[in-house]
Amino acid sequence: MHKYIIRRILQFIPMLILVTIVVFGLAKAAPGDVLSGERLDPNIPAEVYEMRREALGLNDPIHIQYWNWVTTVASGDFGTSMQYSGRPVADLIASRIMNTVYLSLFALGVTLAIAIPIGIYSASRKYSLFDYGATTFAFLGLATPNFFAGLLAIYIFAFILGWFPSQGSVSAPGLSGIELFLDKLRHLVLPGFTLGLASTAMYMRYMRTEMLEVKGSDFIRTAQAKGLSNNSVLYKHTLRNALIPIITLLGLEFGTLLSGAIITERVFNYPGLGQLFLTSITNRDYPVIMAINLILAVTILVGNLLADIFYAIVDPRIRYD
Amino acid sequence: METRVQPEMVPKPDIIEEKAPKSLSPFQLAMRRFLKNKLAIAGIGILGFFVIIAIFADVIAPHDPTAYDMYNIEAKASSEHWLGTDSSGRDNFSRLIHGSRISLTIGFFAMMFTILIGVTLGSLAGYYGGKVDSVIMRATDLMLILPFLLLVLTIIAILERINIGIFIVIIAFTTWPQITRIIRATFLSLREKEFILGARSIGASDARIIFRHFLPNAVGPIIVNATLMMANLIIIESALSFIGFGIPQPTPTWGNMITEANSLRMLEGHWEAWLPPGLAILLTVLAINFIGDGLRDAFDSRS
Repeated sequence: MHKYIIRRILQFIPMLILVTIVVFGLAKAAPGDVLSGERLDPNIPAEVYEMRREALGLNDPIHIQYWNWVTTVASGDFGTSMQYSGRPVADLIASRIMNTVYLSLFALGVTLAIAIPIGIYSASRKYSLFDYGATTFAFLGLATPNFFAGLLAIYIFAFILGWFPSQGSVSAPGLSGIELFLDKLRHLVLPGFTLGLASTAMYMRYMRTEMLEVKGSDFIRTAQAKGLSNNSVLYKHTLRNALIPIITLLGLEFGTLLSGAIITERVFNYPGLGQLFLTSITNRDYPVIMAINLILAVTILVGNLLADIFYAIVDPRIRYD
Repeated sequence: METRVQPEMVPKPDIIEEKAPKSLSPFQLAMRRFLKNKLAIAGIGILGFFVIIAIFADVIAPHDPTAYDMYNIEAKASSEHWLGTDSSGRDNFSRLIHGSRISLTIGFFAMMFTILIGVTLGSLAGYYGGKVDSVIMRATDLMLILPFLLLVLTIIAILERINIGIFIVIIAFTTWPQITRIIRATFLSLREKEFILGARSIGASDARIIFRHFLPNAVGPIIVNATLMMANLIIIESALSFIGFGIPQPTPTWGNMITEANSLRMLEGHWEAWLPPGLAILLTVLAINFIGDGLRDAFDSRS
């Protein structure tokens, strides 16, 4: 197992390098660079422009440029934004990233809190009314586009019922302590449920399938034959084994949530990384675009790595060769 | 939103004894099982309905979907404009009818193109193995790690312009890895079978073995995944059009019709402008998912 984990970490490194190459390639493919604005400025003579290009290393061979880029990025310097005249990209991201993390965690919490119990119950009452109800919900949840679910949520819960705010992440400046926390929480409810809807539907089905699969296995029959109580068989033997693949899938889910957050944040006007990304796409603010791409890709990569390592630790049946 | 493997969606029926005559091929057997699936048949009915609407859109739609009328913007539903008009005075009902064309066309062609790339690379990887396989597999790993929506949006930003053709290429370019993996896995499981060895030993060429022996055996997984993928692609198209990076106005798509709801005033007061296209997407995707699940159960030899 240790060998496997070490090998898995070693595989992580070339993937990380590949990801940086792709992001760098995209950045190079994007039209214009940091000095494009100055080239168009008639007050800046061509020689000065060339000197600045030289100084910034824009005339260097491509592999040297790549190396310089990687080393600066690794030190946390993502360059400066073109749109917010020279504000460091790292600052922009830092001001937004926590909102997206809260949103994703909230959606993840919703997913787990709903999907797992319902999946278990569906599996234990196969083909019951409840099971069919859950299946219907899952079908609808998977077929509803994220943004449409968000609009419906705003229409019903914010406009008609008036239970939750429909926009933003906080209602008024000046709140603090427990009030601020509760206010932020209220703003998270609608986007959080919207973002978690598709995953909830999917995990509900996964959980049901896994429970049924494990239930049919020999060790469960053994447990029952030993005369263990139903609860003990269900929670100790079936559930634990059924949860293994679910938890590893969660490692992959974080990437899906972070991407989905782009659309959800747009619908709810929620000031997170996704909103920043979309404004940057609109304004062709390539330094910000590339930084967000890189951060999310690395997050997903690490999530995958942790999921695989976790899998190796909790499931000794898996053989690695 | 994202392309991901969907779990089994329908409770599988208990084992049904097939009393089929011997002459039926596995494909015909699967089709028989498929036709017994009520949800799948309902799915075909709903999808057929939308396909007919898309084909006869010109006849059905009472107005030109792109004709704007600045004197009559954001009108409420009336006998003239059944679903009102949008912020440029275009008739919402006509746009809804014509929108079915774009959604289905993009869903279908993006799916076909994705399958083409995915099957080609998956076949190469699964058949030749070795270096070819590891290069293709690293590429799929890489594509699966890059956050899908971000990648699509970044490419759109770099290209700076977008039309239906470019859009389909971008989608196909970013969604093929899933199919590639499935095809490769199918090929790997077939590779050691006797009939492949037999074909090889009578001197069949690589191309003949791939097209005559491997691919027909992979038809089931390909069809099932193609169907479920098409549903996903329709959602992706609508989402991108909704946030304004899909098919540009004035071409009507269900996604960019819902853009109207971006203004809270429209969202609150004019549900007839954004609810119908949303429901249309939902129904189409639901129908395709029903069909896909029916196909999966039908092709899955275990059930």
